[in-house]
This record gives sequence, C-alpha cells and structure tokens, in this order.
Amino acid sequence: MSTETIAPREYQIYSGDDLRTNVLEISMGPQHPSTHGVFRMDVSLDGETVVKLKPVFGYLHRNHEKIAETTSYLGSMPYTDRLDYFCSMTNNWAYALAVEKMAGLAVPERAEYIRVIMAELTRLQNHASLVGFLTNDLGASGTPLLYAIREREHILDLFEWASGARMMCNYMRFGGVRNDLPSGWLAQCKKVVDDFPAFMDEFETLLTGNEIILSRCQNVGVLPRDLAINASITGPCLRASGVDYDLRKVDKYGIYDRFDFKVPLGSVGDCYDRFMIRLLEMRESVKILKQALATIPEGPVNDSKARNFRPKPAEAYGRIEGPKGELGFYLVSDGTPKPHRYHVRPPSFINLTVLEDMCLGQKIADAVIVLGSIDIVLGEVDR
Amino acid sequence: MLGIGILKGMVVTAKNFFGSFVNKRLLPTIQYPEAGNSVTLFSRNIPFLVYDNDEDPLGTMRCVACKICEKECPPQCIYIVMEKDANGKPAKRPKVFDIDISVCMGCQICVEVCPFESIKMDSTFELSTPDRFEGLLLKREHLLKSNTYFHKIHPDEAQEVDDRLAAKQKKPAPTPSTPAA
Amino acid sequence: MIDLAPILAKFPPVKHDAAANALIVPQALALEVAKWLRDDPAYRMDYASNVAGVDTLPVEKKTKVKQPDGTDKEIVTKKPGSMEVVYHLYSMALKHGPITIKQVTTRENPVVTSLTPIYRGAEFQEREAFDLYGIQFEGHPDLRRILMWDEFKDFPMRKDYVEPDDYEYEPTPHDAVLAKAKAHYPKASTSTEAAS
Ligand code: SF4
Ligand code: SF4
Repeated sequence: MSTETIAPREYQIYSGDDLRTNVLEISMGPQHPSTHGVFRMDVSLDGETVVKLKPVFGYLHRNHEKIAETTSYLGSMPYTDRLDYFCSMTNNWAYALAVEKMAGLAVPERAEYIRVIMAELTRLQNHASLVGFLTNDLGASGTPLLYAIREREHILDLFEWASGARMMCNYMRFGGVRNDLPSGWLAQCKKVVDDFPAFMDEFETLLTGNEIILSRCQNVGVLPRDLAINASITGPCLRASGVDYDLRKVDKYGIYDRFDFKVPLGSVGDCYDRFMIRLLEMRESVKILKQALATIPEGPVNDSKARNFRPKPAEAYGRIEGPKGELGFYLVSDGTPKPHRYHVRPPSFINLTVLEDMCLGQKIADAVIVLGSIDIVLGEVDR
Repeated sequence: MLGIGILKGMVVTAKNFFGSFVNKRLLPTIQYPEAGNSVTLFSRNIPFLVYDNDEDPLGTMRCVACKICEKECPPQCIYIVMEKDANGKPAKRPKVFDIDISVCMGCQICVEVCPFESIKMDSTFELSTPDRFEGLLLKREHLLKSNTYFHKIHPDEAQEVDDRLAAKQKKPAPTPSTPAA
Repeated sequence: MIDLAPILAKFPPVKHDAAANALIVPQALALEVAKWLRDDPAYRMDYASNVAGVDTLPVEKKTKVKQPDGTDKEIVTKKPGSMEVVYHLYSMALKHGPITIKQVTTRENPVVTSLTPIYRGAEFQEREAFDLYGIQFEGHPDLRRILMWDEFKDFPMRKDYVEPDDYEYEPTPHDAVLAKAKAHYPKASTSTEAAS
C-alpha cells in the first residue's frame, strides 16, 4: 500500500484579487419581526453595509382623515385611539385640545389634572415597552421585554378601571374627560407610581452597564442636531440630539406650568442617547405624577353642554407632546357638525424621514436598532 | 471589567424568577380559562339593551327607538326599525334592533348619547361563532338583558343609573333632544 | 401672537388672511419667503411642524333678494373651489410660533412650490398631500405615492372622490350601505327586514 493516500492534500486557495461584489437589494419586511408592524425597508447593501434605504409603508392605511371628515366631531374620538394604539390617552388629548382651541371651550380644573395623570402614565408605559422592545431587537429575546410588559400591565389595569378599556380608552371629551375617576383609583395609582422607580432601577442595572448594549448602541445611528431640527424630528429623538424642545415646557398646554420637572437632553444623538433619554424621561414623569396626585382637586370633570356642538367656521392647530413626539391635529370647520378638514400630524411618520440618513454606512443589523430607537407605531404612520 | 454588566443582568433575572413564586406583583399572569377570567368590574365590550321587569323583557325595555344611537354610532353598526301599531302609529318601541358586533368597536358612544339610559355596555367577550356574518349580528332578542344583570356586572354604574331614573320619574318625562346632526 | 407686519412689508405680494391669521404666499415667492423666515434672526422659523392639503369644493348659493319694484330676483353667488397647502412653522431656536403659510391653487391643476429644499421635514408630508390630493409639488426631490400603492390612480382625500364599488356583504345594511347592498345582493339586503 502506498502512503500517498493518507497524506494531506494540497488545496489551492483562491486569492480573491478579481473578486467582484454587487450591491444587493433586499426588501426587508413587511412581515419581519424587527419592523414593529407591517413596515418595509428597501435596503441596498454593499456586503453588510447599508448604502441606500427607502422606507415603504401604507399597509395599514385606512384613510383615517377621510373617515373623520365624514363623522361628527365626537364620532372621531374613538378613532383617534387607533392611531398610536400604545398611547390612546395622549391621542385623545391632542384631538380634544385642537377642538377646544377651535371652539374656545374651557376645561375644569380636575379634568386637567386627570388628563395630566393619564398622559404621564401613558408616557411611562410607552417608554417602558419601547425600551423593552429595543432590547428585544438587540437580541435579548423576550426576558427584559416581558419585565416591561409586566409593568405596563399594571398601568393598563388603571386605564381599564377608569375608562373601561385597556388600550382603546376613548376617555377624553371636549371640555373635560368622560367620567370621574372611580373611588379608590387615585390610591391604586399612587401605589403603581410608587412601585415604578423600583422597576426602573432594576431595568437600569439590567441594561445601562451591559457591554453588549454599550457596544451595539453607542455611536450607532447618529442624528446630528441641525438635521434633526431641519427634518422636523420631535420627541425623545430630538432631545437625544441635544435640542431643548419639549412642548410641555414650550407651549405649557393644560396645566404643565404648575409642575416641576426637567427635560433630559442627550449629547451625541446616537441610539444609546435615545435609549437613555427614555429612561430619564420616565423618572421625570414619575415626578410629575407624584405632584399631580398630591394636588388633584375635587370638582366637575366635564362640561355636559360641549358634547354635541357646531363650531363656528374657524381653523385651529392643536399639538401636545406625545410619548413619540409632537402629535398635532389641524382642524378646519365650515360650520357644519362635521369637520371640513381634519389632519393628523403623526410624530412617528415624520420621524421616519431621517431613517435613511441614520442608517447609511451602518451594518444592516444596526438598521434594526436604529428603527427601534425611533419608536414607530404603524397605526399612526399609515393612518 | 468586561462581563460585569452581563452578570448583573443575570442576577436581576434570577431575582425575578425566584421572586415570582412568592410575590404576586411579579407574576400577574392569569391561567385563563382554568383559573377564572380576567374581566374586571369596569371593562366594556359590546352594548346591550336594558329592560326592567324580568318577566316581561319586551314590554319593559327602555328603548324607545329614537334612533339617536344609530345616527351617532361612528362605524354605523346599529340598525333600528320602529314598531308601528295597528293604526300605523309609531309605538315607541323598536321592531328591529340589530348590532353588527363584527363592526362594533366598543366605543361607548351609543351609551353616552342615549337619553333614556336604555343601552349599556356589556363585558362578555366569549362571542366566537362559526358563522362570520349572521352569527355576529346580534338581534334584539340577544341584546336584551335585565337590569338585574346590569347590577351584577357594573354595580356602581347601575346604581347611579337607577338613581338618575328615579329622580327623572318625579319630573315630567324627558323629550328626546335631537342632537345637531 | 407673532407680528406678521415685517413679512408683509418685505414681500408685498404676500396677503394676510385675517380670519385664519395666515399668510397667503404666491407660488413664485414661496421658497424665498420660507428661506427668509427660516434665516431671519427675528423669526428663526427653523421647524416646519405640519403640512396639510385642504380641498374645498365650489359652492353655489342661491339667495332671493327683493327688488325695489317688488319682484324677487334670484342672485346666484358662486364661490370657486380651491386647493390649499397649509404649513405651520415654528421656531425651535426662539421657541415661538406658529406662522401659518398657505399656498392656494386651483382644483383643476393643483401645482404649488415644494418647501422640502428648505425644510426637510416637509418631505413626507408633501408626498402625502400629493398622494391623497394629487397636488404637484414643484422642486420636490422624490415625489411618489407614500400611503397608497404605486399603481393607484385616484386621489382619495378629494371631496369629490367616488369610492370604488367594491361592496362587501354586511349583515346590517342601512342608509347608504343599504342602497349599495340592493344593487349587489338583492337577497342579502332584505334578510334583516325579513328576519324581524
Ligand atoms: S338612543 Fe337609546 S332609546 Fe334611542 S334608539 Fe338608541 S338605545 Fe333606543
Ligand atoms: S359601542 Fe360604539 S361602535 Fe358599538 S354600537 Fe355603540 S356606538 Fe356603535
């Protein structure tokens, strides 16, 4: 027998000098777990690097604005719940605010407090779940997300108790809120708010020092300050880029001028900043909630005359600081019971403008995190 | 040191895992349907029609077929036909009262606009049916439920409504105010 | 409230709509006005918050007027329809606003000037107005449909848009739905009445 058969063979290694790569086009979505709904990105990749990215959406489009133009003013209130279905309370408030501005309705003191409490609870649960979903996008599949969802559950229980539904609350009305808080609600709310910092501490130990999160979020998806302003980015994304613009401070709508809170600002504008801003904003929301719960007065919560009305011909643009950014409603009335024009300025729709700018030159896996850090809800993007 | 953050995370997870055996707050899951359901006293799902006397549902139903709720319902899922008596005069009772619950979104607008306290929100949710169309169309007979039932599902609200109605009884009957629509 | 007089003085063709407190800017001047508003140190309107198309149908109103000789004369007042694009500008630097800018155009051939070169934030919203109203934005870098699919022909937010007749069976047909249902399912449309 020859020994040649067991000798290692010689292999020719291909040098790769004339190796050519083409740009690879991928349609990512609409059924993709990382796109937070039915959202598609047309991505062109050079290797793993993004060279072009076009967001494509509209899969959930139902022409919300047309529906609202064919129902009465009150009739579109339940539809606003379905815009950003995580934050129905703030959607209700923004719409009610625009109508109140147009028709010149006053809101009773207690109702203003209830609105602030509901809006800040909404912010807490939205930011908590957003941060949870972000860790999910980073690969920590499930566990931290479920801690956030568990916390959200306690807040949704409060919503259900007050309004009858967990997500589609339909709670605010023009000139107030639909019904007064049930007895015992405020005490339970206090308990939830007092327990919340413990959850945030736990979440921070879990995440902020985590090496994987640091290396995958820092300096990824940087949004420069000037671009953020020019592209009308609002909400936590804007403040992560270091622009001090929070409508609760700027417009002082409702009774926000009575509360003592700060606006956290980022310095770099990367995903890590956007992530931390949300954690810090939750702490500020807890502060507002504690003050509001301590000082809420007794009294009426709505103006029963304002239920069905015909506004005079007028137009108004009302906006609030929603958890995702500036949520605005532009209403034009022509004196009939239906709005002549009803336009929503959806924050997550406009925040998507800069998705391409933030992803260019990054790896495709990072595009997922950048998208997650913008915080979109497709019910609002597509309307 | 590299890895400390990850270890810390593990500690948090372990705490939550073992804590969930002793702390109810850490494990809010309900084992539906084995361990009861999660419907609370406050939840609303679809509307139902209230009647007062348990013996005579059709005779004591509160609805007068004024059609305000039909007009105001945002997705237009209520359909009402008023009953006529022998002489063709309106009998102030609905002959047909249908709610298409595949369209109803449980928004409670109909409850708010009804001036006669006759339509209220139910909290049942186990409504699945193999028939997608007619099976999800609730007729007057399915929708009628007694005031006793209302007291059972939403006691506080039902008591309030009863008080309001008792107060109204003393005064002359209300005229249905047609909304500006 | 922001003092609009300096703008009106600087750009005489710009009109002031007092009812809405808005500036009506001619198409040819729109870019220039927006740029000036953004860069002028007193305004610094660096943030285009909201962009919305507004469609108004022409209205015909008939009023009877008593003539001096005792007879009635019918006067028909016609208000032409219009297509508008409304911009709400705010300032993030000086934290004031809004200034409302309107570009008015005709319903038949709606063309306005795109402000996307000045405000990147208008990009998607102008595409939305193009998609739903069919307003052409001159100078927009990427004017495509955004919410509807590319092959879609019509402009659904226009006031005179007619829905396609794709009636689906509904168990509670009434009013307009009933009329539609009758054309399609003569049996189904009457089933609710028959069952009662
Ligand atoms: S508004 Fe009330 S009384 Fe009138 S038809 Fe509806 S349920 Fe009946
Ligand atoms: S709950 Fe809302 S959708 Fe359902 S029947 Fe009443 S008004 Fe209509």
